[in-house]
Amino acid sequence: MSGHSNYIPKTGFERWLDARLPIARLAYDSLVDFPTPKNLNYWYTFGGILALCLGIQLVTGIVLAMHYVPHVDHAFASIERIMRDVNYGWLIRYMHSNGASMFFIAVYAHMFRGLYYGSYKAPRELLWILGCVIYLLMMATAFMGYVLPWGQMSFHGAVVITNLFGALPLIGQSITTWLWGGFAVDNATLNRFFSLHYLMPFMIAGVVILHVWALHVTGNNNPTGVHVQSKADTVPFHPYYTVKDGFAIALFMLMFAAFVFFSPNALGHPDNYIPANPLVTPAHIVPEWYFLPFYAILRAVPDKLMGVLLMFGAIAVLFILPWLDTSRVRSLRYRPTTRMYFFIFVVACLVLGFCGGRLPDDYVIPGLKSFQLLDADLNSMVWLSRFATAYYFAYFLIILPVMGLTENPLSQPKSISEPVLSHSAALPVGAAASPEKRG
Amino acid sequence: MLRKCLAIAALGLALAGGPALAAGSQKEPRTVEWSFNGPFGKFDRAQLQRGFKVYREVCAACHSMDLMSFRNLGQKGGPFYDPKYPNPNDNPDVKTIAKDFETSEIDQETGDIVKRPATPADRFPNPYPNEAAARAGNGGALPPDFSTLSKARMGGADYIYSLLSGYSTPPAGLEVPSGQYYNPYMLGDVSAFWKGKGHAPPGGFIAMPPQLAADKVTFDDDTKSTIDQQARDVAAFLTWASEPKMEERKAFGVGAMIYLLILAGLLYMSYKRIWRNVAH
Repeated sequence: MSGHSNYIPKTGFERWLDARLPIARLAYDSLVDFPTPKNLNYWYTFGGILALCLGIQLVTGIVLAMHYVPHVDHAFASIERIMRDVNYGWLIRYMHSNGASMFFIAVYAHMFRGLYYGSYKAPRELLWILGCVIYLLMMATAFMGYVLPWGQMSFHGAVVITNLFGALPLIGQSITTWLWGGFAVDNATLNRFFSLHYLMPFMIAGVVILHVWALHVTGNNNPTGVHVQSKADTVPFHPYYTVKDGFAIALFMLMFAAFVFFSPNALGHPDNYIPANPLVTPAHIVPEWYFLPFYAILRAVPDKLMGVLLMFGAIAVLFILPWLDTSRVRSLRYRPTTRMYFFIFVVACLVLGFCGGRLPDDYVIPGLKSFQLLDADLNSMVWLSRFATAYYFAYFLIILPVMGLTENPLSQPKSISEPVLSHSAALPVGAAASPEKRG
Repeated sequence: MLRKCLAIAALGLALAGGPALAAGSQKEPRTVEWSFNGPFGKFDRAQLQRGFKVYREVCAACHSMDLMSFRNLGQKGGPFYDPKYPNPNDNPDVKTIAKDFETSEIDQETGDIVKRPATPADRFPNPYPNEAAARAGNGGALPPDFSTLSKARMGGADYIYSLLSGYSTPPAGLEVPSGQYYNPYMLGDVSAFWKGKGHAPPGGFIAMPPQLAADKVTFDDDTKSTIDQQARDVAAFLTWASEPKMEERKAFGVGAMIYLLILAGLLYMSYKRIWRNVAH
């Protein structure tokens, strides 16, 4: 998409096409010839996996929409009809519902990889921000998709999430009514959620094109964080990364298939197999697992408006991350102190997810009642999520800016090839032993 | 490796979130070695037939199964499936069962609602004309629909089995409200009704009195009709009704896993071969 193109049209048709619409050139430059750093590890395969996830969700979703009825009286039964009477409907529907979870597993891996190797730093700020836009769209799409079966969790989840906007002063109530299309979550809400749930994946696909475009302008980052300097640092995307991504995709699909075929409801909530009833509220309303960290942040704050702002702030902070990290070194491989803080950050995210699935008053350590400070019980999920929330924001707003200025980074290799050539195993030409274990 | 660790961590997160939500005081359901457990599990046809009989003779008096049609009983994987009748509507067992039920339709001549014997294409008739009638007939409680019950309860078949066979006399000190019954497996909290010493007993109150009794249902295959057996069989039947395509799904899954394993192996070998001359 940028720079020099090595595409040579071979047949008459290709020459004819190339002079009019160089689409074959575009495909060749971006998927075949694209020079890619040769030291990318398996963490870099999630981009390809995510593209596949989006494809699976689009194809299964379009088929599901042929059978689904977006009406409060028929939605639940129409999904069960897909499961029972549509040929391979169970397969399509379980792929779609588990596919959402797989999509988020992959996107979280992709994001943590970007955080670790500094893939958000110049010149890749826009690439990172476009990724954040995709993530935001994914969250909106997943939330609206979860509402469509019109089970108990669908309905009450929709009530809770849409009511969050009601916390905004002055305009809150109007926004909520506007979102609902009425004065409660009802048929109008379900209809518009279905419409938007069908629209948004195509918006995601559009931003994915921008994301890949931006990637192909700057080129891939790599585990060393050092710029590509010569042709010796890169290999063509095809066949080197098509085969490596392909292998990773096959492994990912094994995990995906294990869920779809043998445990299709493990990631969902049983209450969503009870048809929605506005008059009966489930004992505990919880979102899907991929929203639990944000749910924990929301509940960590006693004030509703502040909780909502903090929850959205947790995502907003990602957008300004390229300017919060002041270090000139990209990869945390050469920033040992920050790397330690990064791993604590990962743990904090997991802790938030854990807290989000529990009741705020649950004990962290059961039976221990002596952690009272004034009127606060520090041995409770709500306090654990408060500590984790504080760390989440401190990592972005304090640790990264300060560490970049004070930390003494290790010396970086001069080029991508340098650390490779210093490997003893790389000296003899030929099949190297277990190259996947190295960066 | 790293990939795997992350996936495991992510799933750990998911699983930690899931079951944690059943944070009630009820007893954990007893686990049963179901024939349909595991990736190669299949339903026990005889058990499904017995379970259907329990449903029909005991549960169906109050509990609807709106999403089930009689033909489902004779479809592939169903309790009365017969390979001689690939179209379940032709299955004589299913026809006989359907004929014993009455369903209503509109007489095209007069417009009146008339009763007629059901056919395999008909849905299981609902025992009540509407929700209000169902509540009125059950002391204000609504008997849940059974179509997706096993998927809609934490613990699935284990829970249904444990609840049905787990009624016990309330411990001394527990004041059971009238019209309610104590069950240690029921989701809920009885501490407000506990006047005894120490912790309140596990479980909750349920509006359904114990329904199963020894020999209440006579099994056609000479299986001893105990409460435990009836509870087991009806739980298996309800699991089949919630997931009628489970056998097909698991069989398909085994093939898919083998395919993906071979594909992953081939791709790994290609990967090693393509990269063999690149120091990286």
